[in-house]
Amino acid sequence: MAAVRSVNKMFGVCFRAARQTAGLTGVRLPGHRAFRVGAVQRQQPFDSSLEKPQFPGASAEFVDQLEFIQPNVISGIPVYRVMDRQGNIINPSQDPQLSKETVLNFYQKMTLLNTMDRILYESQRQGRISFYMTNYGEEGTHIGSAAALDPNDLVFGQYREAGVLMYRGFPLDLFMAQCYANADDLGKGRQMPVHYGSRDLNFVTISSPLATQIPQAAGAAYAVKRENMNRAVICYFGEGAASEGDAHAGFNFSATLECPLIFFCRNNGYAISTPTNEQYRGDGIAARGPGYGMLSIRVDGNDVFAVYNATKEARRRAVAENQPFLIEAMTYRIGHHSTSDDSSAYRSVDEVNYWDKQDHPISRLRHYMMARGWWSEDDERSWRKQSRKTVMEAFERAEKRLKPNPELLFTDVYHEMTPHLDKQRESLWRHVQQYKEHYPLDLYDK
Amino acid sequence: SAITTVMAAAARFFVRGAQSKLALAGVGPGTQSSFGAALLKLSPGCGSRTNAQRRYAAHFTFQPDPVPTQYGPTQKMNLFQSITSALDNTLASDPTAVIFGEDVAFGGVFRCTVGLRDKYGKDRVFNTPLCEQGIVGFGIGVAVAGAKAIAEIQFADYIFPAFDQIVNEAAKYRYRSGNLFDCGNLTIRAPWGCVGHGSLYHSQSPEAFFAHCPGIKVVIPRGPLQAKGLLLSCIADQNPCIFFEPKILYRAAVEQVPVEPYNIPLSQAEVLQEGSDVTLVAWGTQIHVMREVASMAQEKLGVSCEVIDLQTILPWDIETVCKSVVKTGRLLISHEAPVTGGFAAEISSTVQEECFLNLEAPISRVCGYDTPFPHIFEPFYIPDKWKCFDAIKRMINY
Repeated sequence: MAAVRSVNKMFGVCFRAARQTAGLTGVRLPGHRAFRVGAVQRQQPFDSSLEKPQFPGASAEFVDQLEFIQPNVISGIPVYRVMDRQGNIINPSQDPQLSKETVLNFYQKMTLLNTMDRILYESQRQGRISFYMTNYGEEGTHIGSAAALDPNDLVFGQYREAGVLMYRGFPLDLFMAQCYANADDLGKGRQMPVHYGSRDLNFVTISSPLATQIPQAAGAAYAVKRENMNRAVICYFGEGAASEGDAHAGFNFSATLECPLIFFCRNNGYAISTPTNEQYRGDGIAARGPGYGMLSIRVDGNDVFAVYNATKEARRRAVAENQPFLIEAMTYRIGHHSTSDDSSAYRSVDEVNYWDKQDHPISRLRHYMMARGWWSEDDERSWRKQSRKTVMEAFERAEKRLKPNPELLFTDVYHEMTPHLDKQRESLWRHVQQYKEHYPLDLYDK
Repeated sequence: SAITTVMAAAARFFVRGAQSKLALAGVGPGTQSSFGAALLKLSPGCGSRTNAQRRYAAHFTFQPDPVPTQYGPTQKMNLFQSITSALDNTLASDPTAVIFGEDVAFGGVFRCTVGLRDKYGKDRVFNTPLCEQGIVGFGIGVAVAGAKAIAEIQFADYIFPAFDQIVNEAAKYRYRSGNLFDCGNLTIRAPWGCVGHGSLYHSQSPEAFFAHCPGIKVVIPRGPLQAKGLLLSCIADQNPCIFFEPKILYRAAVEQVPVEPYNIPLSQAEVLQEGSDVTLVAWGTQIHVMREVASMAQEKLGVSCEVIDLQTILPWDIETVCKSVVKTGRLLISHEAPVTGGFAAEISSTVQEECFLNLEAPISRVCGYDTPFPHIFEPFYIPDKWKCFDAIKRMINY
């Protein structure tokens, strides 16, 4: 009985979080933040005459029945959604009632991303770019969350969040430039494809090591809190990366240090070939939040409105109350992990087709729009044609562009050029002058 | 981190008075009236200490720098006080600056942050959970968001969980983003080097691991005057810096240190004394060993030594060292860290490339052995003045 009670208590935290959606408690005074610094429960003087536990580490009640708390993976934290799989609103009070223009923009960004993915994936197959990662099936998580943020909010990503950048207005030319590592790449050609970054759009450059961004996001949120300028930080990661020690570090720090931060976990079922039942034994990522003292929710990641609502409310409260929120967006990785992966080696085509055909964020939103007369088959056809054209044009431009000057191999290691790097640069230049026929100089900017 | 050994190591540096409250109950550390002390008194061999029980004296004598005149009024400070002074100056001048790490709030296990929380506020000087990868990751985030981040790692021996964040993230942030983002605002501080009884996990000198990492700077001061100036330079530097503080010098090293902020430039080695026969290169505590070795060499062998404090390990001042070796023809490099892959290897390799024809003898490295840092064998392990002296003798007679 006690176990069930404590389990219910644990889920109670999450149920309450799920129910607190649009504008309830938590009054936000403009310009005044609830700055609870070091608001740890001040220890009362210890008193052994009381039958209550006096331990500084935890202050729950005593119990005299031996019972282990069940982790309860069977029922688990419920999945919040606004639309059913056919795009019909279930509970009208949850419909964010976004304008036609906004919803059309959601749809066009998701489909433009999808089109860009198809073309760039194919271009890797043809040897035009070295590597690519698609976002198939997860477009809803990107667009829904990006739309709920302020443009000034700082984004830390993992590698499968290109839609966030696209929503914020990163041009196709710059996506392509990074993938082609050409002279227009803001990253100066130094990283593999899909490692995007944009200072103007507040999207921190992606790095390959997983989960390293999680404690960094906590630190950035802490600095942002001290600035007191109504900014939040969001940190995206997959359910696989959530196993890393850095994830534990980031969750614990953000909760303890009271940071205005949204943790957004894309649980897409696989970490390359590793399915979730080999990644964790508990109830996903959302169930870990309460362990850190963090408000948590699980949402249907393929429902762009559910993602939007949860992110919107989490953002509002994170900034107003200076505490982190954990959103676990359940979705499915329809594509392979990357161009270096063939997922038919570890999952069936039937499984993939189910998600592609019967539970896809793009088709759900299309049904929603069509039901309102906001979109027609003709619109679909002409939009597909137009988006394909713009992507192809950007693609062709990117392909023709030269690569960055090889001098850029040596800059930005430090803020300033150092004598030893300068020497190495000179030695490379001299070498290349002497052996120039062995180096692909004609592909690079002078 | 082993809590008990931290307490033991830090006990040397704590004011004894803090423990007296526990003595009344007859438990805990306590003072003379404690149960433990009473028991010891009953033991026959306890009155006088025999030879076997004598604790070994320090292997060096700290040699203070002359009082500086160019930076304004000075105050007597030991190493940890000079660090506090640098941090105090930083928090005063930069409103974004924050200091964090394990136990920094009450003043730190080595007292480097005493008084700062009260003076500047709980939001600027705060404890973090016990997690080095989190401390450095968090610090990177603070820096990326535009605030000054000063992260403390409690002992350099515990920096390794943060190795990924330092090497794969901090060091590469600017380069990989095409200079869109950087964490130049980050400085990591950690107590470093042997302390007499630190053993495997309270004595390490890990600078060689980080020397291999383009994008960060690694700095090690020899005393309070250098420490404050170098730390302020690291904090001001627009690259992520690691600042190792020789813990054995925290109380032992006392100098007159300017109260106002001042900078000692990074990547500039300092020639502490000029000589003509042998160049001696070291950093941190080992400088004081080398200075004594230089005197011994002059006295007993008539050999004139040029002593160089490298100060910055990465990027290191190749020019100053090579210029010296061109003059003397002989080089001895000494550090506590194990010899294989230690930083002396890098210096040695570069110097033989640049100064091959000037060398009169093979370059000598007097370093720790390729073992973990031992406890009871420390007097045998460390590169003491006799080993260095002997190396000079062999170089001269080569």
